[in-house]
Amino acid sequence: MAYLESHRLVVLSRNWRCAEGELDIVATDTRRLIVVEVKARSSGSFGPPERAVTQRKIARIRAATQAWRREYRISHCPIRFDVVSVFWPPSGSPRLHHLRGAF
Amino acid sequence: MSLASSFSVALIGMDGFCVEIEAYVRTGVPGVRLLGLPDAALQEARDRMRAAVINSGEEWPERAITLALSPAAVRKTGASYDLALVCAMLAADGRVPREALGDTVLLGELALDGRLRAVHGVLPALLVARRAGLRHAIVPVETLAEASLVEGIRVRGALRLADVLGWLRGTSDELVAPSRRNVPPPADPPDLMDVVGQPEARWALEVAAAGGHHLMLIGSPGTGKTMLAQRLVGLLPALSSDEVMQVTAVHSVAGALSPDAPLVVAPPFVAPHHTTSVAALVGGGSGLAKPGAVSRAHLGVLLLDEAAEFGPQRLDTLRTALEEGEVRHARRDGIVRYPARFQLVLATNPCPCAPPKEVDCCCSPTTRRKYFGRLSGPLLDRVDLRVRMRPITAMSRNADGQPESTAVVRERVARARERAAKRWSEQGWRTNADVPGPALRRDFPLSREAVALLDRGLRAGAITGRGADRCLRVAWTLADLADRDRPDADDVAAALDFRDRRVA
Repeated sequence: MAYLESHRLVVLSRNWRCAEGELDIVATDTRRLIVVEVKARSSGSFGPPERAVTQRKIARIRAATQAWRREYRISHCPIRFDVVSVFWPPSGSPRLHHLRGAF
Repeated sequence: MSLASSFSVALIGMDGFCVEIEAYVRTGVPGVRLLGLPDAALQEARDRMRAAVINSGEEWPERAITLALSPAAVRKTGASYDLALVCAMLAADGRVPREALGDTVLLGELALDGRLRAVHGVLPALLVARRAGLRHAIVPVETLAEASLVEGIRVRGALRLADVLGWLRGTSDELVAPSRRNVPPPADPPDLMDVVGQPEARWALEVAAAGGHHLMLIGSPGTGKTMLAQRLVGLLPALSSDEVMQVTAVHSVAGALSPDAPLVVAPPFVAPHHTTSVAALVGGGSGLAKPGAVSRAHLGVLLLDEAAEFGPQRLDTLRTALEEGEVRHARRDGIVRYPARFQLVLATNPCPCAPPKEVDCCCSPTTRRKYFGRLSGPLLDRVDLRVRMRPITAMSRNADGQPESTAVVRERVARARERAAKRWSEQGWRTNADVPGPALRRDFPLSREAVALLDRGLRAGAITGRGADRCLRVAWTLADLADRDRPDADDVAAALDFRDRRVA
């Protein structure tokens, strides 16, 4: 959160749920809507966290975004989908990786 | 720039075109997309690449990777693009320099542990690459022998992906250069000395070898038809370097080359079982047709043992191949042509009961006719030499001296072939059987009485027009074997005797 706000993004919703699925973070940089999927892993043995974002997950996030827009009555606006991966080994500090416009 | 490209080859039969593989790597959700109509085996390249890269001690780029094979509208099949795909991708990610990829063709399938596996069709693929102007090639090390036949392109063999990457980086040179010595000599074919008796059949075999004529052996079981037929390849001269290339190319596409026989240096001998399918015989398959037995026997011998059991449908597919020396298959993904200039040997029993002595036959005339009727007239018309085997009356070898060995007969065959080759050298024909009928009649006319014999045969309906041409060719071969400049009436009479319909 603090990371996103430090990048001058305004967070609109967190963990917003609907029938289509869940949006981790919905934010805006005042020009467009930014939907962020957060993935965290504590070990690297399953590959980097962002690898866990599959085609199915992407489709779900897109559908949920439409629901979110209906809910808040926001018509056409540019949308960017981001992935923030957090690699947090049991000992040590977390590492963040922000993929802008991931899909 | 996160773009790079490499080259590979898509084969359509014996021909093909160069495929440019472009890789684009960008930040995004990690994954690989393959464009350019890949088939199932090529789709799986994504997983092979990942495992091979990691097991070669490299790092896999965790980024969004797009790989495009162009021309994009043509279907790509098989695993031979693996090496080119992985090199383009690593170059696009900046892990290897891209300069060397510009004029190198890369062929090979990746194993999960990072080894490079052999693929089919390396030789024809390199011919395509050379035509496209590429100057270097990297192939799996098992296929290095066939690849080194292609001149004008610098070929090297690779054992592992790591070797190729090392070469691209210029840090190591583990690539194998081709060497001439690693071609094992072919095993000696069976010797003619093993065959007991059968003077006419031996003579016919010699004539067939000298002139490249098709041959039919008719006889009771156990008289040595198959034995003789198997010894025909031993009589043929070794293939020239150009012929080695042609034959090896067909075998490479058919996937018939193995590590212990990476090249075909002797005339091939192919003997399909009589239950073979039409597709296995002349080639076929869905999508793009694969070469069949007739193409694998290109410049060699195709033996159809128990020919009558093959059935008319399968035998008659051979007719056009015999006449044209190639087969063309039209399938969904295009028309392919495979060379099929083979020498046909038919071996058959005279009837279903086939006793050791003809007089003991208990088949009715209808049965006999029906059995032989399976060999259709048009097919038999293309067989120049028809020989009836003698029943074996004595096992003794010394009845009329030691039988001649392959080496002795091959000597005579080689001399006769040399005469023929010299005569036709201007026109580029190899053997008497290759000479077109019109040229034979117009440019190399025979004496009046020799031609009169053929005319009489034609008038009486004993031979067809094509049969007369074929008689002429056999007559030339007989003259070659007898060291005469031109066939005389006796040669023509002997040739006519060889294709006597009554034998069949």
